[in-house]
Amino acid sequence: MIRIVDRRFDSKKKSAVNRQRFFRRFKAQIRKAVADAVTGRSIRDIDSGEKVSIPAKDLNEPQFEHDRKGRWETVYAGNDQFNAGDEVPRPMGGEGQGRGKGASDSGEMQDDFVFQLSREEFLNIFFDELELPNLVKTQLARITEHKTVRAGHTPTGVPANINIVRSLRGALGRRLALGSPYREQLRRAEDELEQLEAEGRADDDPELVALRERISVLREKIGAIPFIDSFDLRYNNRVKLPMPSTQAVMFCVMDVSGSMDEEKKQIAKRFFMLLYLFLKRSYDHIEIVFIRHHTAAAEVDEEDFFHSRESGGTVVSSALNLMSDIVKERYANGAWNVYGAQASDGDNWENDSPKCRQLLEEDILPYVQYFAYVEIRGGEPQNLWREYSKIAVAQTRFSMQQIESVSDIYPVFRELFKKKLA
Amino acid sequence: MNAPVPLPSPRTRLPASSEWTIELIEQYHTEIRRVAAEYGLDTYPNQVEIITAEQMLDAYASIGMPVYYHHWSFGKHFISSEKRYRRGYMGLAYEIVINSNPCIAYLMEENTLAMQALVIAHACYGHNSFFKGNHLFRAWTNADSIIDYLVFARNYIAECEERHGIDRVEELLDSCHALLNVGVDRYKRPPKLSLAKEMQRQKEREDYLQAQVNELWRTLPERAVTQSAKANVRFPAEPQENILYLIEKHAPLLEPWEREVVRIVRKVGQYFYPQRQTQVMNEGWATFWHYTIMNTLYDQDCIAESIIMEFLQSHTNVVMQLPYNSPYYGGINPYALGFSMWSDIRRMCENPTEEDRKWFPDIAGSNWRDTFDFAMRNFKDESFILQYLSPKLMRDLRLFAVLDDDRNAKLKISAIHDDAGYRELRQMLSDQYNLGSREPNISVWNVDLRGDRSLTLRHNQYQRRPLGGSIDEVLKHISRLWGFTVRLEVARDDGSIVLAHECKPDKRRLARADI
Repeated sequence: MIRIVDRRFDSKKKSAVNRQRFFRRFKAQIRKAVADAVTGRSIRDIDSGEKVSIPAKDLNEPQFEHDRKGRWETVYAGNDQFNAGDEVPRPMGGEGQGRGKGASDSGEMQDDFVFQLSREEFLNIFFDELELPNLVKTQLARITEHKTVRAGHTPTGVPANINIVRSLRGALGRRLALGSPYREQLRRAEDELEQLEAEGRADDDPELVALRERISVLREKIGAIPFIDSFDLRYNNRVKLPMPSTQAVMFCVMDVSGSMDEEKKQIAKRFFMLLYLFLKRSYDHIEIVFIRHHTAAAEVDEEDFFHSRESGGTVVSSALNLMSDIVKERYANGAWNVYGAQASDGDNWENDSPKCRQLLEEDILPYVQYFAYVEIRGGEPQNLWREYSKIAVAQTRFSMQQIESVSDIYPVFRELFKKKLA
Repeated sequence: MNAPVPLPSPRTRLPASSEWTIELIEQYHTEIRRVAAEYGLDTYPNQVEIITAEQMLDAYASIGMPVYYHHWSFGKHFISSEKRYRRGYMGLAYEIVINSNPCIAYLMEENTLAMQALVIAHACYGHNSFFKGNHLFRAWTNADSIIDYLVFARNYIAECEERHGIDRVEELLDSCHALLNVGVDRYKRPPKLSLAKEMQRQKEREDYLQAQVNELWRTLPERAVTQSAKANVRFPAEPQENILYLIEKHAPLLEPWEREVVRIVRKVGQYFYPQRQTQVMNEGWATFWHYTIMNTLYDQDCIAESIIMEFLQSHTNVVMQLPYNSPYYGGINPYALGFSMWSDIRRMCENPTEEDRKWFPDIAGSNWRDTFDFAMRNFKDESFILQYLSPKLMRDLRLFAVLDDDRNAKLKISAIHDDAGYRELRQMLSDQYNLGSREPNISVWNVDLRGDRSLTLRHNQYQRRPLGGSIDEVLKHISRLWGFTVRLEVARDDGSIVLAHECKPDKRRLARADI
C-alpha cells in the first residue's frame, strides 16, 4: 500500500534559517538598502516590505569551470538548412544558435541580485538602527490587537473553561428527561404493589414477586442513568474581537530654516516615522499634518515638507500658533487623539522662545495626548531648549531630547511607550 | 506484440474530477501500481508527500532533500527561486523524488488530479524503478540510509556551529562547496554510507586521521635510511582527482571536526553524482513509463477521456524539443531526448526496419522488456547514447553538430543527420553528456612534503579549453583548507606545462593554526 503523508500543514518556514543566514552574510548591504529606502519613503509607507539588491559578484559561488574558448563541438536539434562542411559566421551577441545560453548566463551575472524583504524583516532592520528595546519592537511590528470577549457557551473546549453551573444544569435536565418514562412506570408499579399488599396477598404470591422484581429492575435502570455525561459539558466561550477602532492625528512640525541640513532632516524623518508606527499600533485611522516653518509657518504636503529648502531666520511660535489653530478648527470635537512631534536644530529668535513655552503650555498641551520635541544638534543648548525644559519638569505629556544620531531617538518616546505598553 | 501487455478488460472507471482528494490519489495509485507490476517494474516502497508551493520552494533550496544542513547559499537559492516563481517567470516542478528507501515523492497541492496521476506514474514507478535498478545508483548510493545520514550531517554541523561559531563553519562550508565538482570519485566505487557505521567510526576516524596527518608531516628527524628513501617518494603517488578527499585525509592544519565537515560535504556530493550522470536516461525512463502506464490505463478504459487529454497536454509540453533557431532554445531537452530514445528502442524491438537490423542486430526484434531492463541497469548517459541512439531518431530530431574553434573565424557544421554523419554525431552527443569532458579535468599533482608544504594542482587541458573566471576564488578556498600555498599548473594539449595560478594562504589562518 502506498503511504500518503499530508505535509501541507507542517512548518512552512523550513528555509527560514537559510534565509536568515543569507541576511546575516549580507547584513551591511541590506542595512544600507533599508537606510536608502527609509530616506526615499513617505512616512505612511514605512510599514511595508522593501526590495533589496546586492551586486551579483558578491554572492557568486565559485567553481572550477570552463571558459567558452578553445575548441567546442556541440550537437543541436532542428537542422533546417545545413549540410556537413558548411561554414557559418559566428552569431553576434550570443543570440540564436543556442550559444545564447552561455552568454546570457554570464550576462545575468553582471546584474544585481534583487529580492524582497518582508514587512517584519524590514522593520526589524529599521528598528535595529533606532536601538529600540525588544518589547517595543514586537509591539510595534504587531499588526492588530485583539480583545477577548465572552460569547456564550459551547459544547467543546478546554477543561479550564468548563462552566460548572451550566454543565450540571444540563446533566440534571438530561437525567430528568431520560428517567421520566421509568419513573412513571415505577410509580404505577409501586401503586399496584401497594394495592396488592393491601389486598393481603401472600408474600410468595407470583404476581407480587414479579411486581417486586419489576420495581427493582426499574430502580436499577433509573440508577444507571449517568450523573454527568460528556454530552452535558458546557464551556465558556471567548472570542477575539479587534480593538475598537479609533482615530488620531499626528502633527509633524519641523524647522526648515537654512541651518537644518539634509542630514538633520533625515534624522527628523525617522523621528516622525517612529511616532507614526507607534500611533498605527493603537489607532485605525491616522491623519498626518505637516507644518514647516522658518519665520512664517505653513501647512504643506509631505514632499514639500522634507524636500524644499528655505533660508532665513526662525520664529518657532509661528508654527505652534498654526498647529493650535488647526487643532481647534478641525480636530477639537473629541473624536481625535492629537499627537505632536517637533524637530528643530534649536535656533530660535531670542524673544520668541518664552512665547513658545506659553503657547505650548496653554494652547497645545491641554488638547494633545503627547507632544515630543527633538533638538538635533551637537553643541550647547539654545534658548528654546531652556524654555522647554521648564515644561518638561511639570508635564508628563511632554518629552524632549537632544539627539545627535538616530539611535538617540527612542528615549524621546520612552514615556509614551511605557504608558501604553503597561 | 510479444510484450506482456495486459489485454483490455472491462474495469471500473476511475472518477474523473479535476480536484484531487487523498482517497482519489489512493484509487489512482492502486491502478497505476497494478499496471506497473504487469509491466514488471521493480521498485522501492513508495511514500507520497503532499506539499504546498512554498514547501516546494524550500525543497528546491535544499536540493530536494527533506533534511539538510543550513547554509546561506541555500537561502540565496530559495530567495531567487521564490522571486522568479512569484513573478511567474518560473513554474515549479510538478514533483521532486528522492532516491531513498522508501522512495519519497513530493506532490504539489496545486496539481490537478490528472497531474497527480502523471506524477505518481513518473516518480513513484519511473524514477523509483530506475533508482533501484541502475548500476550507478546501486553502486554509489545507499537508499536505505541516506535520510539517516543527512540527519546526522545536519546535527553534526549544527553542533559544530554551536561549538566553533557560525562564521567558522560557514567559511569552511563555502570552501567545500567550491570544490564539490572535484570532490567525487569518478572511477573508484566508494563504500556504502551507513549511519550506524558512520557514528561508530566517526570518533575512531577523527583520532586515526589526526594521527595519520601527524605522521605525514612529522618534523622530528628520522633514521637516515628511511629519510633518503622517502626523499624521492611522490605524494600522492598517483594524481588524485578527488581533491576534497585528499584535503580531508591529508590537509596539514585542519582540525578533526573540520575534516568531518569536509567529509560530509564530499559524501553528499558523491551521493548526487549518479543523478548528474544519468539525466537523459533517468528522465527519459520516467517519462516513458508515465506515458506508457497512463495510456495502458486509458486503453483498459480505467481513466476518463478528460483525464487522458489533460495528461497528454502536459506530457507534450514536457517532451517538446525546440529547434536551434528558436529564441527559447535551451539546448537538447533531456526529457525529449530520453523519452524518444526509450520509445525508439521499443519500436526497434517491436517493429524493426531494415536499417535497425543492420545497426542494432542484437535488439531488433528482441523482447522489449528484456532489452529495456538491460539498458536501464547497465548504462549511464554517455554510454547509453553511444549504444542506443538510432539513425532514425537522429533524423527525427534533425541533429547536427557545430564546431566552434576560436582559431577559426567561422563556425563549421561538422556533421548532420546523414549516412556520413550518424556515427560522428552520436559520438559527439555522447561526449556532450560525459562529465569527464564537460567539466575541467583537475587533479592533485604533487604535495611538497619536505619543502614548503605547497599543493600543486594540474589542469589537463582538453580541446584547448581554458578555465573560467572564478578560478582565483576557488584557489583561495583551496588554500584556506590546505593552509599553505596552492599552485595550479596547466598541461596543454601540446604537452607543455605552465604555472597558471598561485595562491598564498591567508596569514590569519596560519596564525590561528599556530596557537
